[in-house]
Amino acid sequence: MSLSVRICHSFSDFTLDVAFEAGPGVTAIFGPSGAGKTSIASAVAGLFAPSRGVVELDGRRLYDAQARVNVPPHKRRIGTVFQDGRLFPHLSVAGNLDFGVRYVPRGRSGPDREQVIGLMDIAALLERRPLHLSGGEKQRVALARALLMAPELLIMDEPLAALDGPRKDEILPYLERLADGANVPILYVSHSVAEIARLADQIIVLRDGRVARSGNVGEVLSDPEVVPLMGVREAGSVLNAQVLGHDADGLSRLAVNGGTLLIPGVQADPGMHIRLRVLAQDVLLSLEAPSGLSSYNVLPVVVEALHRGDGPGMAVSLRLGGDRLLARVMARAAEEMRLRPGLACYAILKATAVPRGDIGAGRELG
Amino acid sequence: MTLESAEWAALVLSLKVSFVAMLFSLPPAIAVAWLLARREFWGKTLLSTLVHLPLVLPPVVTGYLLLLTFGRNGAVGGFLESTFGIVLAFRWTGAALAAAIMGFPLTVRAIRLSIEAVDPRLEAAAATLGAGRLGAFGRVTLPLIAPGVLAGAVLGFAKAMGEFGATITFVANIPGQTQTLPSAIYAFLQVPGGESGAIRLVLLSLVVAVGAVLVSEGLARRVARGIGQK
Repeated sequence: MSLSVRICHSFSDFTLDVAFEAGPGVTAIFGPSGAGKTSIASAVAGLFAPSRGVVELDGRRLYDAQARVNVPPHKRRIGTVFQDGRLFPHLSVAGNLDFGVRYVPRGRSGPDREQVIGLMDIAALLERRPLHLSGGEKQRVALARALLMAPELLIMDEPLAALDGPRKDEILPYLERLADGANVPILYVSHSVAEIARLADQIIVLRDGRVARSGNVGEVLSDPEVVPLMGVREAGSVLNAQVLGHDADGLSRLAVNGGTLLIPGVQADPGMHIRLRVLAQDVLLSLEAPSGLSSYNVLPVVVEALHRGDGPGMAVSLRLGGDRLLARVMARAAEEMRLRPGLACYAILKATAVPRGDIGAGRELG
Repeated sequence: MTLESAEWAALVLSLKVSFVAMLFSLPPAIAVAWLLARREFWGKTLLSTLVHLPLVLPPVVTGYLLLLTFGRNGAVGGFLESTFGIVLAFRWTGAALAAAIMGFPLTVRAIRLSIEAVDPRLEAAAATLGAGRLGAFGRVTLPLIAPGVLAGAVLGFAKAMGEFGATITFVANIPGQTQTLPSAIYAFLQVPGGESGAIRLVLLSLVVAVGAVLVSEGLARRVARGIGQK
């Protein structure tokens, strides 16, 4: 699968001018509100016609302003999950799920209905009306509805933004199941770094209607230049880890490039690969191997690049084997430590496990 | 209180004229309401004005214009008679046409408001799920505006039951053929000693009106339950 987007459109308050490609897996479109994320999603879905540009899916031209090609949304076969769910209030959950099934082209086999219902855990809701569903339940139904139309691409436009914290945590595992299990490429629009770190493979960072950065999530998120775009508190890197085992005291041992980490709250079986999100502000640097620390998580790293922001802080990217780690230190401390590219030092860190793939394992969708 | 046969005939004719007027004006009313609510096109203001004209014109004027257009010598009336053998002037069908035209603005208005109340993003969602414009309308918009369509139908029916000026101008007041309830009341009032007959018909009109309101309330409740709003 490959989605190719090149669009340009002038709005009253800003100009959207982007070009990007998205492959299989989950591609995140990240940016602050007003950066043009939803306009891009709408242009791909066919709900918005930019003044100039081309949208192509697997070589099929969906939109071409110059050639006056504009495939209507119902012929694009692109499923969309909206922020507000948009369930049809006059239909039951089952009616909503089956809405798009009749439009699936003959010969194209969609996912199994029962499997999707199981995947999203909505079997008990089928007879209910959307009015009687919670926000989280609505989004699960909206996800299932979009999957059942057998889309060639799934767009999720801020699917969690309308939910409060606990509800977000309720839905995220389902999104993970979907990202892992369903064989559909996903365009994931969000302004939350945490969601993207958890779900996405590729990321496109928007700024003022333009693509500021794009690439592999691990690479982009750990780039010190990107810190101002992410926000200092949200900035952080993503590490790949393998679960080695669980200790009796609740800590789990994880193998990462360059060492072993001890982390609480990992719910994955030994041998499984998971993602770790390490916030830049949770990484300390030391020039010598530390001793007498309360943290066990010390990794040898090499300074790769430094980026001075507007404030007193400084972003430092650190090479950790094949991975990259991002640290945020005081600029004054960086000077005193004489941090420079190529310098070997030690990173002391606190990480949060991202339990990707722990549920839904063995429940792959066709 | 007993009704004479001519009075029964007026009641039956009024009901028939009103039902036919309502049924035939509903589909075009829905189409026009959708156009006015959802589409931008050249001549939209003109269409809107034309639809609302019967509301602001004196009914006699509307009736006379109908006579000019749909009369046997009128452009449309002559064509209908020579091509399909249909005559509207001075027939009950003409009364139905007059009633439909007089009720049309009210019906369109009620339906248009209900279409505008439907979130167009739901129609967009239907489109992303594969539904074309007609499918999205039939499976999402139409069920959601059912209460508005019902309200518009009731308004149109009520207007048709009460329509007098355009009807009497276009189809006159022929007992048993074009004499509706209001025309019959008017006829009673034109002759000395006709008050008792007029009172009977007035009471009858009241009963029909109250009955129509009760029926539509009951229907509205069922429709609301059917589309999950109650």
